[in-house]
Amino acid sequence: MPTRRRALLVLAVLALATAGALALALAAGSLRLSPAEVLGALAGPGGAGVPISPSSASGSELASEVVLGLRLPRALAAFACGGLLALAGALMQVLLRNPLADPYVLGVSGGAAVGALGATLLAAPLALVHGGAFGGALAAMLLVFGLAHGDGSWTQARLLLTGVVVAAGCGALVALILTLAPEERLRGMLFWLMGDVARATTPWPALLTLAVGLALALPFARELNLLARGELPARALGVDSPRLRALVYGLASLLTAVAVTTAGSIGFVGLIVPHAIRLLVGNDQRLLLPAAALGGGALLVVADTAARTLVAPQQLPVGVLTALLGVPLFLILLARQPRGVLS
Amino acid sequence: MSAAAPLLEAAALEVAVPGRVLVRGLALAVAPGERLVILGRNGSGKTTLLHTLAGLRDPRAGSLSLCGRAYAEHGPRQAARLRGLMAQQQLDAFPATVLETALVGRHPHLGRWAWEGAADADIARESLAAVGLAEFETRDVQTLSGGERQRLALATLLTQRPRLLFLDEPLAHLDLGQQVAALELLERHTEEHGAAAVMVLHDINLALRWAGRALLLAGDGRFELGGAGEVLTPERLGALFGHGLREVVAEGRRYLVPG
Repeated sequence: MPTRRRALLVLAVLALATAGALALALAAGSLRLSPAEVLGALAGPGGAGVPISPSSASGSELASEVVLGLRLPRALAAFACGGLLALAGALMQVLLRNPLADPYVLGVSGGAAVGALGATLLAAPLALVHGGAFGGALAAMLLVFGLAHGDGSWTQARLLLTGVVVAAGCGALVALILTLAPEERLRGMLFWLMGDVARATTPWPALLTLAVGLALALPFARELNLLARGELPARALGVDSPRLRALVYGLASLLTAVAVTTAGSIGFVGLIVPHAIRLLVGNDQRLLLPAAALGGGALLVVADTAARTLVAPQQLPVGVLTALLGVPLFLILLARQPRGVLS
Repeated sequence: MSAAAPLLEAAALEVAVPGRVLVRGLALAVAPGERLVILGRNGSGKTTLLHTLAGLRDPRAGSLSLCGRAYAEHGPRQAARLRGLMAQQQLDAFPATVLETALVGRHPHLGRWAWEGAADADIARESLAAVGLAEFETRDVQTLSGGERQRLALATLLTQRPRLLFLDEPLAHLDLGQQVAALELLERHTEEHGAAAVMVLHDINLALRWAGRALLLAGDGRFELGGAGEVLTPERLGALFGHGLREVVAEGRRYLVPG
């Protein structure tokens, strides 16, 4: 029996895990900081008066610069992107009524890749690469929606097939761009394709989008539960399903577009996080949507911290690590009896 | 005694799919306590008509009102408090417990931010007990047998507590005992709650036993509507299904068997 109390409890646990992940991200790196130093840096220069052991003003200034200037924005961007992808994945799974759907299944990331890599190929400045990614994502979204909606039926199968074919077309274009690209730009393109939080210039657009996305989706959470059970029963129970489906489609695509624009196409988060949360706490969207946002954010913060510290000074593309972390985690959850201790 | 105001009223209703008119000129009023059964060949438009009557599909022509107002006036939520539909197939893409699944019937009665409370759970448990699934509360729906899943769908409909129940082959997958139990449950439910039921059924003898009225669909626009006793005759059904039927009378009851 779903209750609000249990939902709040689960969310509180996930919020703690998120705070832990963020703390780790702020402390770890080539300049290793103690929790006290991190707190001191967060409190700002001359704030709070937390004692810093090795002492010396320049030490605390450096810590403050590393934490506030480098690690915090990057950790927040990672959190926002992970949250966006997991939320978009959860919505897409409801929309397509398929637990194996991910945010990229309808071609949004393919469109973004064509836009971003196309701009990179033309040696456009960074702002244009971001613009290309976002524009490409929106173009793919509108194309799929327009084609799938063409005869007014807008069935799941039609939407899915249209999306898969558009994604395949984008894949071919990406391959073409990679073939044409000069050697020195290939590495950046590959990092983009695998996902890389280092390219995030500011976390704020992604964080804001995540907040807006949750605020738009949560009022419809119980209706999404019905939609996940089928269009006809949902309508018979009073859900205005054509409008709700359009909202979910638009919202999931926009969340994905913003995440991909911020940090490239990071894989597995959108598929695995909602699925893992579902296995742990059930499929009630009232809990699943915010839990997926927190869980996805925390996972990507941890993965990104690992990506920049494991083989430092070299950085790994975080998409590789989300796959390496996510796949075993997912398999362990799947092997256990579904709906474990928390339900 | 004057008849109670009808729950459902259709006038000059025309139901069509591209290229074919299924029902033309249907006038129908369903009063509280009534039980109407729809019969016809495969593909004759029974489900399409049922969905149209439930306001889930627009008729090509004619008017339709639920408790005196058009579906559009009610809006989807208000309509869902008055009428419910048990669909022909139950699809479960995601895992969920039996109790959670029955509880979705409470959706139209809850506010946007409300969660199901103890009163809702009581209604759901009562419905589950009524269909013999009281012990199944925590089972995953994806592990249920076809008949159990069908009974859960019936329990979900009863949990919704609509005044007008639309059921699309609710006895499919049920064993003989469960078929009769389901019909008796629906009979009790309609009487106790002043509700009415409109049901697509394939079993002629159960229809004869259970229904007050019957609607036969020819599938080409023509139909016959009347008391179950008058409409369900060997001649009419023989012509409808294209197979001869014989009437057998035992202990004062009529039975129709394939000839």
